[in-house]
Amino acid sequence: MEIIEEKKNKNKKYKPILDRIPDWPVYQLSKNRKEFVEEVTSKSVERILEMRPSYKQLIEDLQATAYREQNRIKRNRWRIDPKDDSSFWSSVKNELVELGAKDQEEVKPKVDELLTKIVHRYASEIAGNFKPTSYRFAREAVKFWFGRLLNGARIKKFGGFFRNQYALRDKIHIVGKVKMIRKLARQGTVVMVPTHFSNLDSILIGWVIHAMGLPAFIYGAGLNLFNIKIIAYFMNSLGAYKVDRRKKNLPYLETLKMYSNLAIQKGAHSLFFPGGTRSRSGMIEKQLKLGLLSTAIEAQRTLYNNPAGEARKIFVVPVTLNYHFVLEAPDLIEDYLSKKGQDRYFPEQDKYGSFQLIRFMIKFFGNRSNISVSIGPGLDVMGNYVDEEGNSLDSHGRIINTKDYFTSSGQLTIDRQREDEYTRMLSQRIVSEYHKINRVFASHLVSFVAFEIWQKKHSQLDLFSLLRLPEEDLEIDYLEFKTVFKRVRKQIYQMKEEGKINFASHLKGKSDLVIKRGIDNAGVFHLNRSVAKNKKGNIITQDLSLLYYYHNRLVGYDLEQFI
Amino acid sequence: MTSNNSSEIPVGVIGAGNFGTVIANMLAQNRKVLLYARNSEDVHRINSTHQNRGYEVHPQVEAVNDFERIGRECEVIFPMVPSSHFREMMIKLAPHLHPYHMLIHGTKGFDLVLPKGETIETVKKLDRSMVKTMSEVIREESVAVRIGCLAGPNLSKELAERQPAATVVASHFNEVIQTGKKLLKSDRFQVYENSDIVGVEIAGVLKNIIAIASGALSGLGFGDNAKGLLISRGAVEMVYLGRALGGDTKAFLGVAGIGDLVTTCNSPKSRNFSVGYRLAKGEKLQDIIEDMKEVAEGINTVRIAKMCADHYKVRALITDRLYKVLFEGHTVEEALDFLLRFPLNVDIDFI
Repeated sequence: MEIIEEKKNKNKKYKPILDRIPDWPVYQLSKNRKEFVEEVTSKSVERILEMRPSYKQLIEDLQATAYREQNRIKRNRWRIDPKDDSSFWSSVKNELVELGAKDQEEVKPKVDELLTKIVHRYASEIAGNFKPTSYRFAREAVKFWFGRLLNGARIKKFGGFFRNQYALRDKIHIVGKVKMIRKLARQGTVVMVPTHFSNLDSILIGWVIHAMGLPAFIYGAGLNLFNIKIIAYFMNSLGAYKVDRRKKNLPYLETLKMYSNLAIQKGAHSLFFPGGTRSRSGMIEKQLKLGLLSTAIEAQRTLYNNPAGEARKIFVVPVTLNYHFVLEAPDLIEDYLSKKGQDRYFPEQDKYGSFQLIRFMIKFFGNRSNISVSIGPGLDVMGNYVDEEGNSLDSHGRIINTKDYFTSSGQLTIDRQREDEYTRMLSQRIVSEYHKINRVFASHLVSFVAFEIWQKKHSQLDLFSLLRLPEEDLEIDYLEFKTVFKRVRKQIYQMKEEGKINFASHLKGKSDLVIKRGIDNAGVFHLNRSVAKNKKGNIITQDLSLLYYYHNRLVGYDLEQFI
Repeated sequence: MTSNNSSEIPVGVIGAGNFGTVIANMLAQNRKVLLYARNSEDVHRINSTHQNRGYEVHPQVEAVNDFERIGRECEVIFPMVPSSHFREMMIKLAPHLHPYHMLIHGTKGFDLVLPKGETIETVKKLDRSMVKTMSEVIREESVAVRIGCLAGPNLSKELAERQPAATVVASHFNEVIQTGKKLLKSDRFQVYENSDIVGVEIAGVLKNIIAIASGALSGLGFGDNAKGLLISRGAVEMVYLGRALGGDTKAFLGVAGIGDLVTTCNSPKSRNFSVGYRLAKGEKLQDIIEDMKEVAEGINTVRIAKMCADHYKVRALITDRLYKVLFEGHTVEEALDFLLRFPLNVDIDFI
């Protein structure tokens, strides 16, 4: 497979901004892990009691929690779940039953105690376990083995395996506001919010953070990832805390939010995927989960409330991950299509164990298919742009005092409804930044154009009927394809001028070459190619659903009108 | 803002037109009010005579010509200027605003953001990205986030006479609604709450279209059957258009929707109504506009709503016909004839 080389990568190496690991906030946090879990527990209990002022309501919530937990154990059990899960929850249930027989006075301390027990269990489960030794080891292991794979696969000579001609830096392009995020991380606390397409994201972003010279972040990582042992090892050593999306009960959600809130307050740079799960459709997230996002806002308000000195500022940094290829794409899109129109929860099933992952890695590094990571500009917790000194700016470049968002009549006030609204506003801002910093690859554009042409040709069909068309019947004349491709590409150039989108340098140049590059890279490792050329040189597909998935990456830009 | 005693902090009102003056008077019953007038002669006249536009001005109202002072002294500000001047006003006010300011506007019109060099006459299509409600203008031009709007059957004259009435304060922020309520509510004036600010804003704007049509029916000398027909079909059309523009159905059924619609359609005092009335009497649009002291928001709204309906493929028959009357030289009779012949049979299909 011949692929045109990407423009020489200018990525340079960045010096760490904090040399000694013991200076890192994440290290401080895990060193005092026990105290921290206690603090999370007591503050969460306080919050839950505030939310459920009557004991009757609280007991109902605990009953619902126990019921759901037992259901989860019965229906959806994971390898990572603790062994005593079943016995713990049946004892909780029994205690709740006993409470029913007691009178008011006796009940109160009992309920508090029970709540504390549950919350403490959750807090310990969530809490990360960052160890400097295994962090260093993991970091070196990733660098070493990835380096070997890369050189071995690329230098087609004997002994290439041991050369160091290529570094991971050449494979993964970091573009965007790196200098800014480094500056901001020195002055305040960074909350990084990337898009989420693949299970690989978590490891990738860990490497990116290291490569930018930033101290390790604490992660909100899906607990399902910990089922894959090799990922679990890396996640633990990178400072991940666990987010279990099966648990939707009040005590769990409040504990999780409190964990993130307090960690941010203590200055631990944080990362979570605000879309929640991996994007099933392949679209850039439009709706974000507001729970963890709200903790950034609450932490900022609490910091402003601190009478001692100047408050540390929190910076939100959107990041997009751009791939030619997503390993799980066939399953994700299948999920998406079968659930479309029904907004219910479905369990995450990971068919990929450690073995498949390693096999994928080898393929991935052997290929010249690159990944790019776009670092967005820093925002304050309200979504305003900040300058390099961390000042929030309005649209005319005037400095805003962020504290003013939390005051009324000159006083700092706590207004949860107000902060819910702020969270919604922040999430809209993040989504719009995603679209601006998203880097279009040739493969994205080829997929988009091909699918849209077919859709237009069969405009009388709805999506599902379209996807049921036999693939053998689908063929686009190459010249027709090229004309449309050029037209849409021109529009993307125009939009980049307006700051609405970004694209990889390989998108420029002769359209024949760019189309070839796009086709060669689009979903390159799948069994069935999402887009390909036939003997006549015309455009065909072997898997229309997969093409739909990759096409979705460019949905939301109103590019359809140029087809 | 040095005092925590909120009753000493003045409330700002921007725009000393009919509605602005009346609202300032209502607010002045329990607060000091700074009323902004564009013209310094007006400021001087209001402060020395305590008269404006035929209304007595409450002694607690002080007219000013200084945005800086309004931003500095007031925490709550009520902008009440016509939509055609709204953005310009916000650009001047914005440097003096902070995120803690609350802005509750009472303007019922759209703002247009067109591509460079285009005008409403030349632009080919109009979608929601070019049509802004006033709360969106406030967001775009300033750092204010605590934004609300006032809408409802609020004819200035009747409010000034303290006749019973009600309004809706809509905002995403509960604190804005509660503050608006506290400041405006009196024993003759009820205040309802709504969290769908965009829906309430759009309802307030779109009803002006139907008001013109209602005036036209009156001008032709028709009675209450015709009006009942117009109001009910007009309400349906508002729901369709409003949903296409991002509002929720509920807002159109409340005080700011049906409430305001019925009032404006029955009120010869309303400017939009009299535009329709005079058109039906055979006057030319140009003459009517030149003749009016304040802007009839509805004329522009018809044009905007028609183009949006075309873009979003919403069936808006009344708007469409009115457009033809206003801008394409059709007569009111022709429009009415078309509407009555249109084969339309479903009564309600949006709930």
